[in-house]
Amino acid sequence: MTKAILSGNEAIARGFLEAGGKLAAAYPGTPSTEVLETLSREKGIHAEWSTNEKVALEVAIGGSLSGVRSLACMKHVGVNVAADPLMTVAYTGVNAGLVLMVADDPGMFSSQNEQDSRHYARMAKIPCIEPTDSGEARAYVRAAFELSEAFDTPVILRTTTRISHCKSVVASAEPVTVKDRDLAQDVPKYVMLPANAKKRHLVVEERLAKLRQWADTTPLNEVIEGRSDIGFITNGISYQYVREAVPDAMVLKLGMTYPLPEQKIRDFAARVKRLAVVEELDGFIEEQIKAMGITVHLGKTAFPVCGELTSRTIREAVTGTVPACKLPVGGLIVRPPTFCPGCSHRGLYTVIAKLKLYVSGDIGCYTLGALPPFSSMHTCICMGASISGAHGISRGLALKGVKQKPVAVIGDSTFLHSGITGLIDMVYNGGDALVVIMNNDTTGMTGGQEHAGTGRTAQGAASPKLDIGKLCQAIGAKRVREIDAYDIKDLEKIMKEELAEPGTAVLISNQPCVLRYKVSKKAYHVDTKTCTGCKMCLKSGCIALSFVPEGKKGHAEVDALLCNGCGVCSQLCATKSMINT
Amino acid sequence: MNVFNILIAGVGGQGVLLTSKIIAEAALLQGLDVKQSEVHGMAQRGGSVLSQVRFGDKVFSPIISEGEADLLIGFEPLETARYLHFLRDGGIVVYNTHPIGTIGVSIGKETYPQDIHETIKRHASKVHAFNATSAAVEVGEKRAVNLVLLGAALRFLPLDPGGVDNAITNSVPKKLLELNRKAYLAGKAQSA
Repeated sequence: MTKAILSGNEAIARGFLEAGGKLAAAYPGTPSTEVLETLSREKGIHAEWSTNEKVALEVAIGGSLSGVRSLACMKHVGVNVAADPLMTVAYTGVNAGLVLMVADDPGMFSSQNEQDSRHYARMAKIPCIEPTDSGEARAYVRAAFELSEAFDTPVILRTTTRISHCKSVVASAEPVTVKDRDLAQDVPKYVMLPANAKKRHLVVEERLAKLRQWADTTPLNEVIEGRSDIGFITNGISYQYVREAVPDAMVLKLGMTYPLPEQKIRDFAARVKRLAVVEELDGFIEEQIKAMGITVHLGKTAFPVCGELTSRTIREAVTGTVPACKLPVGGLIVRPPTFCPGCSHRGLYTVIAKLKLYVSGDIGCYTLGALPPFSSMHTCICMGASISGAHGISRGLALKGVKQKPVAVIGDSTFLHSGITGLIDMVYNGGDALVVIMNNDTTGMTGGQEHAGTGRTAQGAASPKLDIGKLCQAIGAKRVREIDAYDIKDLEKIMKEELAEPGTAVLISNQPCVLRYKVSKKAYHVDTKTCTGCKMCLKSGCIALSFVPEGKKGHAEVDALLCNGCGVCSQLCATKSMINT
Repeated sequence: MNVFNILIAGVGGQGVLLTSKIIAEAALLQGLDVKQSEVHGMAQRGGSVLSQVRFGDKVFSPIISEGEADLLIGFEPLETARYLHFLRDGGIVVYNTHPIGTIGVSIGKETYPQDIHETIKRHASKVHAFNATSAAVEVGEKRAVNLVLLGAALRFLPLDPGGVDNAITNSVPKKLLELNRKAYLAGKAQSA
């Protein structure tokens, strides 16, 4: 039996293979991305980057219907996109096992919210299984598939950032041979006409009752014996923090957080003097326990709903004391993420900031345009909202008689994910906005994955390359133009032209991501004799640049180790002092 | 073995994760339990990056609390200072003195703290500072700063050096192995 240090995501990929999983579909999303990335290197299975999470779950449902164990993976906000198929596959049930892996992000390390996706399990009336480390992540995939097939239900396998991205020791297991099932043929079960769906709802309720009973017997829910002055009911990574903070305490570890094992919880609560429920985000477990009529002494009154927990928070709440500890060193400047030197988004935002445009933004590396020095994004809500939002803004402004054309900024992967429908709407419904599609041939922020526009599958095999420009023309956008995001003078001219014209215009930049495609040109340096210290170059907001004060003035400086040679700063220089020859 | 706690702080893109991966592998080879935390995604874009490695007989939390770190390996001075409060009394700091500006500094809105090295010395009693970036550039690749720092930190790690060597071999692509070994040796040579 070999041991390896695996992240939760890598362990889930391994567990999927050991459980005889054959089909996996996902859209990249931190902290879930590495599951599909790992599976894309395997032979003998179908692992794909899907256009978006709704498609991914539907593909996985198709896999289950065809008779092979199937997995869909996504981050928490991705479940919002997949919620439509999720709610109804809960009614149809499955053929071969179907698991939906959802990665929440308490603390919002890379997300626009910290929603608690366990609520989906309750809303859909399906089981939610949660591992507490990579070893359990691996084992629970098989448990999830077995549960799925035993109870004819999709199963949510839920992680958080600290489970998906933390690495711990994992032993391997013997793979099981799973007998594939025949293609599903059961019209009343799978065709959700109202007449059929009515019957299936009854099945869902019966199934939930059976799952509640099963919850009391499953080893997924485990009591760790210890002192009974305070007993802890906990899940996921919080379980590790509890063990760290109060190593000798009695703990009920919930490996299945929906439905809850009511009898097991009652028995546990009866054995302890005080009951603590420790969970990150919402009081999902706590509220259900209180609804059973059980008193919770330490819960969301002591542990925050916002952000991550730590073992320290738990120790302090339990002991009631805050031990003296060091404070962070004060007055340190922050280090937010920024565009890579050479990134094409820099050229675009330099122009947008200069023209002081109102930007409806989207999710990707280009979201960083909201930060200084550009500060050029005025709304960013979810995938695809840039275009549809800009359309709504333009219609509202028109109703008020305000002449202002908003700009939508979106990337290639995001556009295919959910920008197409917004553009169709904008053109169809008399839109008047400028749409800028930054096509850098990758799904960038999540680590450079492929998508339908790159012409390569997750495995790197050639596949038809979707032509974004042609698609926009087919949608009927009045003008579709290609731009060079590195030629800021020309870009400014084009943008001014399009902002002055009525109707929907689409500008598309087709320049590869410098990080993903390892693009690099000769670095620049500053001619300190001619540099007047005007600081115009700094408006390009590049970390390769800095300013060296000298007496009353000073001069700009380029870090040759960081400079990518894109030349945007040199175009801002009035004295031709940025040199790369 | 009691749990040994290591914090590794740097800037996205510096290769912080490889250093923590090698340390974790070395601990596993020695039969220890180990947990490692890291943050992916957005952090790569030149932002602040923190990785944590804990090893011992049994490790529960993958995260270290304030005042618990035995060793802080800093890839960059400002990032080193940012996490000093995680050090326990008597904790050790090994850090790279070569600064990387932030976007605030680059656009002229903020200044990089001029006294950062003094600040670090004020908040930690055992500090080992050197220019790891220069050492890496000398070896031929500035990105090998991660192996330079691993070499410099080795003598403070309660790990079998042979295990660390094996972990390096297992963790680095073959064609880059020689370069990384040179960087590792350059770091080990920092015995001042």
